[in-house]
Order: sequence, then C-alpha cells, then structure tokens
Amino acid sequence: MIDAPERGPVIQATGLVKRFGDFAAVDDLSFVVHPGEIFGILGPNGSGKTTAIRILCGLMEPTEGSAIVAGADVSKEPDVVKSRIGYMSQAFGLYRDLTVDENLDFYAGVYGLTHAKRRAQLAWAKEAMRLTEIGGRLAGVVSGGQKQRLALACAMMHEPRIVFLDEPTAGVDPAARRLFWTIIRERAAEGTALIVTTHYMDEAERFDRLAFLSRGRLKALGTPAEVKAVFGQGLSLEDIFVSLQDSEP
Amino acid sequence: MNRARLTAMIRKEFVQMRRDPATLRLLLAVPVMQLLIFGFAIRTEVRNLPTTMLDQSRTSQSRALVQRLTATGNFVVTAPASSYEDALDRIASGQASAAFIIPPDYARDLKRGRTSAVQVLVDASDPSASQNAIAAAQMVGQSLNLETLRARTGGGLRMAVDMRVRPLYNPALESAKFIVPGIIGMILSNILIIITALTLVRERETGTLEQLIVTPLARAEIMIGKIAPYVAVGYIQMTTVLIVGHLVFGVPVRGSLLTLYAATFLFVVANLGLGLFVSTMGRTQAQVTQSAFLIMLPNVLLSGFMFPREAMPDLARWAGNLLPLTHYLTLIRGIVLKGVGVREVWPQAVILLVFAIAFFGFSTLRFRKTLE
Repeated sequence: MIDAPERGPVIQATGLVKRFGDFAAVDDLSFVVHPGEIFGILGPNGSGKTTAIRILCGLMEPTEGSAIVAGADVSKEPDVVKSRIGYMSQAFGLYRDLTVDENLDFYAGVYGLTHAKRRAQLAWAKEAMRLTEIGGRLAGVVSGGQKQRLALACAMMHEPRIVFLDEPTAGVDPAARRLFWTIIRERAAEGTALIVTTHYMDEAERFDRLAFLSRGRLKALGTPAEVKAVFGQGLSLEDIFVSLQDSEP
Repeated sequence: MNRARLTAMIRKEFVQMRRDPATLRLLLAVPVMQLLIFGFAIRTEVRNLPTTMLDQSRTSQSRALVQRLTATGNFVVTAPASSYEDALDRIASGQASAAFIIPPDYARDLKRGRTSAVQVLVDASDPSASQNAIAAAQMVGQSLNLETLRARTGGGLRMAVDMRVRPLYNPALESAKFIVPGIIGMILSNILIIITALTLVRERETGTLEQLIVTPLARAEIMIGKIAPYVAVGYIQMTTVLIVGHLVFGVPVRGSLLTLYAATFLFVVANLGLGLFVSTMGRTQAQVTQSAFLIMLPNVLLSGFMFPREAMPDLARWAGNLLPLTHYLTLIRGIVLKGVGVREVWPQAVILLVFAIAFFGFSTLRFRKTLE
C-alpha cells in the first residue's frame, strides 16, 4: 500500500471460482488491490494465474464469486472494465507487420483517443517506455525487451488505472528485465495499480504485496515479509515456493 | 459504434494489407487468370468431334453428304475407317467420337428414289458433348430429305409451318458471353469468403486477438474493420474482370453500371458475412480452409454458374437458393447481357440485402469477445 488508501481499492475480488468441467482452475480467490500498488500473483505453471487475470479483465466469466474492477462488475459490465484497464498478454499480442508507431496509434484509436490527445499520448508512451528511437521499425523485428515495452505502451495509451501484465518478463534478458521493472515502478509512482504474474521467484521481492497460488487456491497473501513470516523465518520466497509445490499431492 | 475505434480498425487492416503485397498481387491477378482460363476453356457448345468415316459408296453424292455434315462444325473427319468394326473400335478406343457409315448403294438409291440408310454413330457417354452433334446430324438428314422431295415434286411442295427460332441477347450462342458475368460472381464470392474466413482466425492463431478483445472494441467494429478493405478489393476485382471480359471476349454491359455496382455491394457484404461465419466455425487456418469449401463448392456446382439450375432436382435447387451467388448471377446476367434495370432485378437485390444482414449479424453474434 503506497499512497492514498482513502481512494479505496481498484480491485475487489470476492470468492472467485472458475471451473472447466470438474477441474477448478481458480478456487475461492479473494483479494483487494489498491491504487499505485504493484501486486504480484505468483505460482507454478498451471496454478491459475492466467485464469485469474482473464477473469479480472472481463475475458472470462467466473463460475462463482464476483470482482469489482475499476469500479465496474466484471460479470455484468465487462466492456466498462475493458475500457478502464490495460492488459498485456503472455504471448506478444501486437501486430508484427505493423511498425511500433502504427501499433501505438492503432491502440490509441481503439481506446477512443481523439487526434490531439493521441499525439500527446504517443509522445508520452514512447518517452516513458524508451521506444523513441524505434518508432519506424516493424514490431516483429525489434528485440524481446522492446516488444515487451511496446506491449506495455499499447496497454497504457489510454492511461488506465489498472494494468494487468501476464508473465511480462518471460524470455527477456536480465538487462531488459531490470529496465522493465524501473518502468513499472515509475508507473506505480504515478498511481497506476499493476497486477503482475510471474514464476520468477527473484522478482517476488519487487512486489508491494503478493498472492501465492497453487492449484487454483490462495496459499498466502501479503507483503513479501508477511508471506515469509507466515511460512517461518529464514526461508526465502523461493524455498516457500518449492515447499508449496511439494506439499501438493 | 465509435468513429475513432472503427477508423483505427479499418486503417490497421488497410496497412496490413499493404504490408503483404504478394497476397494483394494474387488477389488482383487471380480473377483475371481465372477469367481467361474459364472464358477460353468453358464451352458448353461442343464442336469439332473427331470423326471417322466409312464411305462405301465413294461417289460425288456421298462426298457431298460428308461435306454437309462437316459444314455444321460439329464433326471433323480425322481418318477413314477400313470396316464397320474398325469404326466401332475407333470410337471405343477414343480415337474418334463419331463415325459416318455410308452404304455402297448410297448414290444408286438416291437416283432411283429409294430410301438409303446412312448411319451416324456418336459416342454419347458424355451427354452434353454429344447432344449438339446428334442434333446437327438429324438436321442435315431432314434438310436433305426436304430438298430431295422438293426437287422430285418440281417445287410443288409447300411447308406447313415455317418455325423460326430467334436467340435473344446472345444470338451467336457464345458461351463466353454467358460465362464472364458468372465468373465475376463466382470469383468475388469464393475469394471474399476464403480471405475473410482466414483473416479473423489468423488473429486468433498469432495471438493478436487476445490483445484485441481486452479493448473496448465492439464486435461489430472488429467485423466491419475486417471486411472494409476487402469490399474495396472486391470492387477492383469486379471492375478488372468486366474490362478484360469486354476487351477479350466482347462481353457488353448493356444495363446500368451504377445499378450493377450498387447491387454488388449487397452481394459483397453477404459473402463477407458468410466468410466471417466460416471463420467462427474453426480455430485454425487449416480448419477454416476446409470449412470454406462447404460453401465454395456449392457456389460452383449449385448456383447456376456452370450447370443450369432448371435441370437440377428440387433439393439441389433449394440448396442453391441459400447461396448469395445464385441470386447475384440472375442479377448480373440480367444487367450485363439483357440490359435490364432496377425494375427487373429488385427481387434479387432484396434477397441479397436480407442475406447481407443475416450472415453479417449472425456471425457477429457467434464471434465472442471472450476466451472460453
């Protein structure tokens, strides 16, 4: 919790369940996220991180439970939610045959930005995401780190209050990852809430708060220090992560 | 519907189309190639059957008969046969498709006023290929009979009925003239269906759809944005085929171009809607390509593009009625060949409008903005 708790949470998830047949991908998930917070959703592959994010973005309807995201109910008003959030998918989801500028311009238009506003936002996004020098290059040929920052820029063209990042740093080299985290902290400092999934445990310490998921269930929730305290002193988050996985049948 | 969002979507599709000049070139070249191939190759009137001949009379009269038969344009005598069996063998082996068998007494019988039995054998295993030749041989026989009878009665024979058949709109019965407007419809339909079917599923396969559907873009905005560039492509294709059809095959445009272009819009949108529907039937480009054939094949076979619908059984004709192409063919042939206008083609236009709304609406509803 960084600042202005009086503004209330931007995400309020209550008892979320998502079943595919008999299998519960997400099972009774509840948490809140506040403005300006960098909130981590951690867990091994298949633990339900992506499903949780897709529910919160209005891409999937929960089987049970409810979530208020940016002031709207994801089940009842998914389109309102979509207009107020940014989303960066796990796989690179932008157009490789469009240039960096064209991708940015497209997403600015898609979020309904007027022409004047669009130009200002384009300049801001390229500056903030360190993309100024590659505006004319095709998105398919820029580096992995640049692709990732471009995707974040597209997700933030409309100044959303919440941005979801699904495994943003997967397959990106360490220098690019460090730069990416710098940019994420800058956005959080501006008051944007960022919800980030990862299975890199060395990134866990960077979160303000985090939720540990295992097989769809919430195993721990709190600041990195609080989570450590729950599981006993002297353990690193990585130890906890491994022990959580091992404790499963 | 939001203008900024829709414009962004349409602009993006145009830019992507421009980035893929190979596909664009194909889109523009294929219609012309198909027009030339079909226009030159498809002939419903079969002419010049290779013919063998057993002339046992070997007289000027028998040669005159052969001359008259070949003058119809349906037969070309390639090689003589040595016997009746030889003639049959040649037809059986496919060296010849027809044979003239003239008896030894042909000239003598004519002179004496006796009936001479001349045989014309035609390979009728392909009915449409043999029909014309059979009719032509019968006509030659009849007119020969008439002339002979007249000569024998000293010109005292009068015909009871003088039946004159006047073929309208395409007096020379050239099938190219009939085929070219059909090709426009067939090409537009098949290309537009496959290309729109692929474009949406490609977004799914490359992962861009996931990023797209978390935006406030409405389904209709995505759909309209997707098809807008191909409406333009469709018009360019149609114009090209009309021009080439006119220059190469002498196909006239007798009716109003404006009516044609306006009605074509409905047809194009109906097909794009069909294509979008096909794209919702599969999750990969391979699946969707297969599904597209479910429509593209009936387009060729049931629409009346190749085979007359009058000859079809009820079920096939009923199925053909569900294809936009069927109605468009009636419309474009009417406008191009007969020069008819809105007064005559409005029923087809209304049907196309209904199809356009139904297919587009239905596929928009089927396309879900979720990831289940």
